[in-house]
Amino acid sequence: MKRRSFLRHATHGVTIPSILSALGGTSAYGGSLERLLRLTNDTDKVLVLIYLNGGNDGLNTVVPLNDYSALNKVRPHVVMPENSLLSLPGENFAFHPALKNFKSLYLENRLQVIHSVGYPDQNFSHFRSTDIWMSASNSNELVTSGWGGRYLEALHPDYPDAYPTADFSDPLAIELGHGSSLLFQGSEAAMSMVINNPNDFYELVNNEEGEVPDSLAGQKLAYVNLIARQSQIYGDTVRAAAEKVTNQRDYPDDNYLANQLKIVSRLIAGGLRTPLYMVSIGGFDTHDAQVTQSNHTIGEHATLLEQLDTAVMAFMQDLEFLGLDDRVVGLTFSEFGRRIVSNASLGTDHGSAAPLFAFGNAVRGSSLGSVPNITGDETYEDNLPMQYDFRQVYRSLLHQWFDADSSTMNHATIREFDELPIIGNGVTTSTDRTTLDGLKIFPNPVSTFLQLTFTPDRGHLQIELFNLQGQKVKSLWNGYPNDFRFQESFNLADLQGGFYVLQILTGNKRQSVKILKQ
Amino acid sequence: MGEFKLKARQFDHLVKKYRKVPPVILGGDLSEKTSFASNQRILQINSGLDSYTGAFGKAQLIHLLKRTLIGISKPKIDAFAGQPLDAVLDQILRYDPNPDPPINNYNGIVDTPDPDVVAGESWVLAPYNVDYEGPRTVSLKAWHIRNILNQPPTIHEKMIFFWHNLLPVKMFDVFVGKMNYTYLQMLRENALGNYRTMIRKLTLDPAMLMFLNGASNNAEAPDENYARELQELFCIGKGLNANFTEGDVREAAKVLTGWTIAWNTVGGSGKPLSYFEPDLHDFSDKQFSAFYGNTVIPGTGAQELDQLLDMIFENQETAYYLARRLYNFFVYSDISAAAEANVIGPLAGLIRDNNYDILPAVRALLSSEHFYEAELMGASIKNPLDYLIGLWKAFGMPVENYGVEAFNQQTSMLWHMAELGLEIGDPPSVAGWPAYYQKPQYDKSWITTDSIVSRAQMGDSMIFWGFWIDENTREMADLIGFLEMLDDPGNPNAMIQEVSEQLLGITPSDNQITDIKSILLSGQENDYYWTSAWDNFQQDKGNQQLRAIVMTRLRPAIQRIMHLGENHLI
Repeated sequence: MKRRSFLRHATHGVTIPSILSALGGTSAYGGSLERLLRLTNDTDKVLVLIYLNGGNDGLNTVVPLNDYSALNKVRPHVVMPENSLLSLPGENFAFHPALKNFKSLYLENRLQVIHSVGYPDQNFSHFRSTDIWMSASNSNELVTSGWGGRYLEALHPDYPDAYPTADFSDPLAIELGHGSSLLFQGSEAAMSMVINNPNDFYELVNNEEGEVPDSLAGQKLAYVNLIARQSQIYGDTVRAAAEKVTNQRDYPDDNYLANQLKIVSRLIAGGLRTPLYMVSIGGFDTHDAQVTQSNHTIGEHATLLEQLDTAVMAFMQDLEFLGLDDRVVGLTFSEFGRRIVSNASLGTDHGSAAPLFAFGNAVRGSSLGSVPNITGDETYEDNLPMQYDFRQVYRSLLHQWFDADSSTMNHATIREFDELPIIGNGVTTSTDRTTLDGLKIFPNPVSTFLQLTFTPDRGHLQIELFNLQGQKVKSLWNGYPNDFRFQESFNLADLQGGFYVLQILTGNKRQSVKILKQ
Repeated sequence: MGEFKLKARQFDHLVKKYRKVPPVILGGDLSEKTSFASNQRILQINSGLDSYTGAFGKAQLIHLLKRTLIGISKPKIDAFAGQPLDAVLDQILRYDPNPDPPINNYNGIVDTPDPDVVAGESWVLAPYNVDYEGPRTVSLKAWHIRNILNQPPTIHEKMIFFWHNLLPVKMFDVFVGKMNYTYLQMLRENALGNYRTMIRKLTLDPAMLMFLNGASNNAEAPDENYARELQELFCIGKGLNANFTEGDVREAAKVLTGWTIAWNTVGGSGKPLSYFEPDLHDFSDKQFSAFYGNTVIPGTGAQELDQLLDMIFENQETAYYLARRLYNFFVYSDISAAAEANVIGPLAGLIRDNNYDILPAVRALLSSEHFYEAELMGASIKNPLDYLIGLWKAFGMPVENYGVEAFNQQTSMLWHMAELGLEIGDPPSVAGWPAYYQKPQYDKSWITTDSIVSRAQMGDSMIFWGFWIDENTREMADLIGFLEMLDDPGNPNAMIQEVSEQLLGITPSDNQITDIKSILLSGQENDYYWTSAWDNFQQDKGNQQLRAIVMTRLRPAIQRIMHLGENHLI
């Protein structure tokens, strides 16, 4: 940061971002079809991080079923009856009964479970482990900036000098909830706009005055607060975005996380280009009363998971309603999981690895890794071994979702980590671009009916048609395959003549084919 | 207020060179007569100048210290804690030792070193040198700020600022370093003294003679500039009963003809002086209006000055004016009818009873039940000195006292405060800063959409990336050291409360405290998490990881406190 950022009488005038001209300036015809297909999303992808504050009990969230008697033995104070769990067809794990919507999203391949995520040499302090997750440091390494902050810093090295700029007039990141976390701290400046709590947001949007004492000092304070609000660099931008959205789907009441996600959805729908959001929900530090004595399926943890479950589902439905469902991916994380062995106060102590959830239309779905193996011989000191480093998850999202290059990724995650397949239609490895089994497209060129035949993978199937500008012109299929062998005719009579790209997404595979409409 | 035609106009390009930040021009209209505040809440305050007899607890002590010092810190609060109000005032109402004069520490901003002043030596007696008057004046302003940074716990520096705002010159208009120094020393030496004495010295002060054209006020071509401000801004004011006339301005200007600058003391070595030149004096009799009891001052020469001042100081408006300015500066911006009757009236009486010695009045005001009205505590807006130097002192940030380092540090603070609307030594006009006279905004005028962002950035810089001093230097607050001074830093509630007491004008709301605490606890619900983070670090202070755990939460928590609107109240 330079001196001028202090001595500059900043002109906080906001210019309209020229998204359209930015897109138009990219020569679509020169790029490959692969590139072309991603074009629609390049500027608009959003990642929402949901921080489960306190250390979520993974073993009671995604419950391993391979040896339930062992689980009963080591976690007698919190374990739930096996028949109360939400089973998943063909899987050897089940969801906590509060996660009804998560189950439904999982079955739709819109929610992915990543088993046993952690880091080597687990630290059991809330503070330290939170810092590790947010900074992406090694366990014994001191890093005083966040991975999100560094990612944004790599893209916007001059921030906050002269920001907002004509090219990027929106906040780089928005943080709701307790705010000012390490996550968005860059090497110098914090890269996020912090909205302390939902009330502050509505005060900003509605130009309301916050509560001040009824006193002379209160009158002066009201004035200071008014000017402060007017001066908020991104205040007008955020207000304008929020004002564009007057209709949203319902969110559950009395759900702090839902309140935050409702704001996130509104801001995305209002046109903010902010790529990163963080929201949080606290109370996962369930040393005691995690469950009730008489019924282990209810209690503090069940209440929290239900809030998470209903908030995320409301968010997904709202995104769908607002036409944003392809543009947003969410990720839950927590500073650690909890101990394998439960304690007598109906709770669990700080542990290590735990499952994460990634959700959104773009995720591949299904699960990564194997369920934790419980032997029944575990003692109080034992912890779940990690299968995946949390930085693999970050890196995968940066690459597959934001299309970050390797130097940007290295800046964000400090080191290189192997990627995991998280995004369904993202760029991962070349093996994903193999030809679908038995793919037949007939006729090509096509005049009216296009006949499509192939063997789909298990799970969700999506077939879409794009024009050469990368705009989606037709959705041909969105759901489950109708048969082991997919065979269907589509009427393209209403399509104008010219070249189109047909994209098939099935399971972890993607296939694009150029077709000519006569 | 007349347009004063200038003097140092030929140095304008130099003024621009040294003034790196444009001045804030808010415009001042003093033409309106004073009318009383109508704010409903002030109307309910009826207390007056009677001695405060309520509890003198921590809140009252901190209120008194914030209003009388420029910035407070934990050690200063502790030094007075538990003492009765009278004992505290005995210590506060004192002069500080006279600081060593400013030196040549400005060679870094000039092309060739000052040929008349060796680096490290004082320049205050050096001959005028147009190439170095700008740097010398900047060095003087830095010195002024250094004195404020180093102030002992007395009211002295705040009184100097009170007088500088009430009786200002614009130093870059005067543009003679040693004249600016003499002016500032005149304020310093009389800050707790006698108002009449101060005005007499001001009238003959070379910088003021230059600033308001007194030096060229002569019988042939009278210049009314100083004579007008002497009455309108410095003594009588524009109160309801201040009915001096244009004739009074003219006649006073005639009285003052002949008082001029001894230019040889400016161009040569030595202290700049003024003197009376009879050849330039108007020896006619001066006839004043009914407002001054139709006084006639016979044309006798130099002694007319004292007769003029006697006439002005016999007029009770002068005592009322000073009482109102003291109230506005130390208590609250608006004056209610009740305050006029119960505070201003008795205070003006006290000023007159003591022949314009101001200390008894200041003491009475600071020990009055009115001053400790809960309603008035925290109900003013910090000026940039109280804001920036307040943070500097609260955080215990270091003060550079020697050489170029001192120059760089304090000039950086000078320009930063200039950006906030207060460039010490150069108020926007002869009326001082609008915050102290421009109704209805008054102190609200410190807060603009620009200044509030700058205030926030300056505070942030101290705790995150370092306050900008120069290309190679940034100054960081030692937040650990700041916390270690507190009574119970490991207890998040006690810690937030104590920091709030020091930085904020009023107690934040419960919701705000919850927000701040949740940053400190990273969203956890148990206070223990902060306590153990702090205690663990205290037991192993070399451990960088334990330090980082504390700092990662402490920084944004302190930032949140600084970003509260309450941080602008005093």
